[in-house]
This record gives sequence, C-alpha cells and structure tokens, in this order.
Amino acid sequence: MIKFILKGLIRDRSRSLFPVLMVSAGAFLTVLLYSWITGAMGDIVNSTAQFNSGHVKITTRAYQELSDQIPNDLALLEVDNLLNHLRNNENKMLWTPRIRFGGLIDIPDINGETKTQGPVMGLGVDLFSKNSPEITILNLKNALVEGKLPQKKNEILISADFAKKLGVKIGEPATLLGSTMNGAMAMHNFTVSGTLCFGITAMDRGAIIADITDVGFALDMIDGASEIVGYTKNMVYFNTEMKELARNFNEKFSRKNDEFTPLMLTLGQQNGFEEYLQLADTFSFIIVAIFIFVMSLVLWNSGLMNGIRRYGEIGVRLAMGEPKGNLYRWMIFESIIIGLVGSLLGTLVGLAISYYMQYHGIDFGNIMQKSSMMISSVMRARVTKGSYIIGFFPGLIASVIGTCFAGIGIYRRQTAQLFKDLEI
Amino acid sequence: MPLVNIEQLVKHYPMGKTKFTALKGIDLSFKKGEFTGLIGPSGSGKTTLLNIIGALDTPSEGSVTVLDKKIEKLSHLEAAHLRCTHMGFIFQTYNLLPVYTVFENVEFPLLIMKMPEEQRKKMVLASLEWVGLMDKINSRPGQLSGGESQRVAVARAIVKQPDLVLADEPTANLDAANSYNILEMMVKLNRNLKTTFIFATHDEKVIGFLRRKIHLIDGRVAKDEPVSAGGK
Repeated sequence: MIKFILKGLIRDRSRSLFPVLMVSAGAFLTVLLYSWITGAMGDIVNSTAQFNSGHVKITTRAYQELSDQIPNDLALLEVDNLLNHLRNNENKMLWTPRIRFGGLIDIPDINGETKTQGPVMGLGVDLFSKNSPEITILNLKNALVEGKLPQKKNEILISADFAKKLGVKIGEPATLLGSTMNGAMAMHNFTVSGTLCFGITAMDRGAIIADITDVGFALDMIDGASEIVGYTKNMVYFNTEMKELARNFNEKFSRKNDEFTPLMLTLGQQNGFEEYLQLADTFSFIIVAIFIFVMSLVLWNSGLMNGIRRYGEIGVRLAMGEPKGNLYRWMIFESIIIGLVGSLLGTLVGLAISYYMQYHGIDFGNIMQKSSMMISSVMRARVTKGSYIIGFFPGLIASVIGTCFAGIGIYRRQTAQLFKDLEI
Repeated sequence: MPLVNIEQLVKHYPMGKTKFTALKGIDLSFKKGEFTGLIGPSGSGKTTLLNIIGALDTPSEGSVTVLDKKIEKLSHLEAAHLRCTHMGFIFQTYNLLPVYTVFENVEFPLLIMKMPEEQRKKMVLASLEWVGLMDKINSRPGQLSGGESQRVAVARAIVKQPDLVLADEPTANLDAANSYNILEMMVKLNRNLKTTFIFATHDEKVIGFLRRKIHLIDGRVAKDEPVSAGGK
C-alpha cells in the first residue's frame, strides 16, 4: 500500500509538487527571517561588546557615572596589578585594558603647518603584547583597508573615511591634541600606519586606534586605563554568568563610599542595555511568532484545500471498502511526507541564503550616517541551532494539522452523505 | 436463503426543521445470481436503496440483511469490511483514480484486502481479460474512451469476485453502442461468475437487459416484475 500511495503522490503534481513548493517557500521564508533577526540582534550585542562595553567592563565608580564624557581624570590606576589579579583568578576570561579618549587630530603639511584638522574619538589598546587579544577582538586584520597594523611606537590606525576626509596618507604624521589625565594640554605626534573600515558608522566617521602605551604616554596615564574589558574565551555573552562574575568582583573590590574603587558592570548593566536586549528579544520573538503564525495559516489552508480537493478519490476508496481510519491515516502520512520534504528543502535553501547573508550582509551605512550607536552598519543573518528547526513548525506541523482538519470531515459525515458531497 | 433481505425499510433525511422520507416501508429480497434493476424517476429512492444495500447508509427504520449481516447494526469498520470483501460498485461517472494506470485502478480493491502481490496480479489480469482491456493495462484513465473507462470500472468492481455488484446508472454517460457492450459484458459475468447485479437506472437500454424489474415510485415499490421474459 505504501508503494501505491507514494506512486500516486509522485505522479500527481497538484498533490505533491505544488504543496511541496508551497511548504518549501513557507519554511524558507521562516528560516531566513529568523536567522536575519537573530543576526541583526546579535550584531548589536557583538558590536557593542567589541568596541564599547566588553562582556564585562571595569572602571572606577566615578568614571562610570560620567562615562559619556570620557573623564580620564577619574581613570583606573595601578592597572597592571588589577590585570594580574584578574588574569590569575578569572582565567576563563580574556582581560585587556583600554584608554578611551577624545580630541583633535591635526594633519600638518610639509612645512609643519596645519593642513587639516578634525575631532577624533580614540582608543588606546594593547597592540604589541604577545598574548594581547585586541587584534582579534577588534577584528583589526580584516578591517585593514590600506597599510599595515602598527609595528612600532607611535604608529596609529585611522578610519579610512576619516583619513580621506583629512587628506592624510599612510606614513604621514598626525598630531593628537587633547588633555592629559591631570587636565593639562596634551600634544603628541603619531604616524599613520594603516586605514581601517570598522563597518560601524560611529567609528568610521572619525576614530583612531593606537597602542595603549603610546596613548598612556601622550595622555600622562602610565599604568592607568579608562577601563579594563573582559570577554569570554568563546566570545559568547552569557548574561547570568557575567552578572555572577561582576557581583563577586564588586563584593571584593568595590566600595560605595570610595568613588575611585573599581566597579565591574556587565554588558547588560551598561547604559540600560539589558532592558534593550529584553525589548529586542521580545520584539524579535513577536515578529517571528507572527510570521510563523501567518505561514502556518497559509500552509494549514493549503493542507485543508489539498484534503478537500481529494474528496472524490476518498469517496471511491470508501466505497471499495477502505476503512475511514485507514484512509485518514494515509492522508496524514502523505501530508507528513509533503511537510517533511517541503520543510527540508525550504530549510536547506533558507540556510544557504542565511549563510551567505551571514558573511556578506546588507550595508545600511547610508541610512545610518549620523548614528553614534555601536551598531554594525552591515546587517548580517546568523545561523543558529534554531535556524535548523524553525522552518519545520509551519512547514510540517501546520500542513499536517490542516490535513487532519480536512480529514475530520470524513469521520463526521455519514458515508452516504459524503458520497453526495462528492457527487459520486 | 436470500442474499439481500429488506423488511419494512424506511429512510428519513433531515431537511431543515422537517424530515424528508426517501423510502417508505420497502419489503424486498434478492437471491444470488440475480440481474435486477431498481427502476424509477429521479427522487424515487433507488439510489438511497442502493446505498443502504451497499452499507454506505443505514436504515432509519426496518431492517436490511446483506449476507447475513444486519446493515443497521454494523459499525463503520464492519460496513467497510463487508464492502471490501463482498461488494463491488460501479458509478455513473466511472470514478477511476486518474493518476494510476488501468492495472493499478483494478488492483486497488485487492490492496485494501491486503492480498499478496502474486495473487493480486493474477486476479487483476483475469479481470482485465474478462472486460477485454489487456491492451490498455498501462494506460491512464485520461487516455481511455468513456466505454473503456466504464469497462475498467467494471473490472475493478468484479476483480475480487464479489457476491454483489451495485451499479448506479452505469450507462448514463455512454452512447448506445458502448452501453450495449457494457451490458452484454455484465450479463456474461453474471452468468459465468454467478455474481448478483443490482442496478439503479431509468435507462431503457439497461431495462431491456434486466431479468427482474423493481419499479420504485415516491419511495415505495410500485411493481416487482420477477420475470425472465424481458431479460436477454
């Protein structure tokens, strides 16, 4: 009988090919939308963690309160001791210090006179230490557009768009004008070693990256840092674990009555990001749920129509003595086959395109030109475990339920009444 | 012992808040090997009676016994089993399964009976030989003429060698020549296999072949002609 049923299924395109295509389309769209939303939300978390918050961040209590102003006069001191402690005691994490600064960048001409000038946002990171994770965390090798990463003292990287705007080329000097930790004027000469494209509008608009020792020297912050950021080794943010880590650290080091004691905050605890994440999760859940519901209705209806269209065949089979239960089971069996094949095809196509979009993404940079948020301008999909199964909800479950409902008519009606409906 | 025995059969159908009575106290019996027609105009109750004999419907009152089974007491499963093992149906519109070949259409009732493949094949070929369609074995219903399609339907009805074949207006969609051929073939099957045929018809061509004519008017038996005189 299975052979007979499968033969019919394969030969009858309106019973197999078209429903399979419809289920595939539904599953494909569901997988793509799910992966896209997951990717977009993940990008926001990753970008923020990479450039700004870390998975956890340590600053002084006072710095934290005024962090929008980058108050380096309230920065952490004796950073080496703290780093050693962290690296020895919290060795499941990667720890690295950063100096965040703002100022003016001045590009001199051949006579040493100002050629161009512009406001700059800077990041002093550990570029030269052997085990420094920064080049990987900030993805500097991939972000390099021209030139090379700094190899020696006082070399800097500058965002490519900004470099173009300033008219500065690789190997040319650039002078940072800012203020030291103690409030004095700072002036330091650097050499541009490379240009970068971060893919984050706020960074690409005007940022420089230099080695933390050079920046510390320029801003009089030897053994000081604006912050120490920590990352999990697999670079995946776990909110509960990070909260626990921060709680333990703060219990040990942070004192409410001393604003210069260090304070560790998780990514979620910074700038109300936890609420944002919850909101984003809720929104993405609602969007995906609505989409799955709508796709389910479409595929349910398709299953229903497919069942109703076959009432003629059903009538003949009942007349020949096939029990109703048998017929009903075979109908469901067919819909399972169609649902499985359709969901599988749709999921495969959805995954293929999602994987492509994971690496290439779509650049929204043009509509984010004034954005100051650490959000990647290239929105990418992300394939997760959920991407592999989500398409089966509308694809398999909804179409089988549709068939189940269509088939209930067979049970409820008297056989003779069904025959009248079937116009036999 | 009659093959089918009907006593005081009444059948009501709900019609809005009232009910319509399609059969009003029918008493009939059919013996094995009969070639009988239920004759009457539309609405006389012949299809309803055929459906009840075929265990596709149940009586509202009275009793119908087919092969010692009381139709009114059968469950869905028992009714399906009775149809599956003892009855064949022929419809006005053939009702062949369009995606299957002639062979597969005829084979289908045997598949429901879970008959082994070898035996199935033998019986299908025998049945197709009976109706003279050996050359169309791999054709699909769409490639057949009306007459050929109805012959496939006949082959499908007799393939399991049932005790009873119920045919509802089997020639209504056929021209005179094809109707004649089909009826000739059914007469032959009836004589050689001793299969009982009960027709619901108002087609004069069919009536000419019947050996017993039961006239139904307005849900009652108006005349029962247990004759062999008119039969061919």
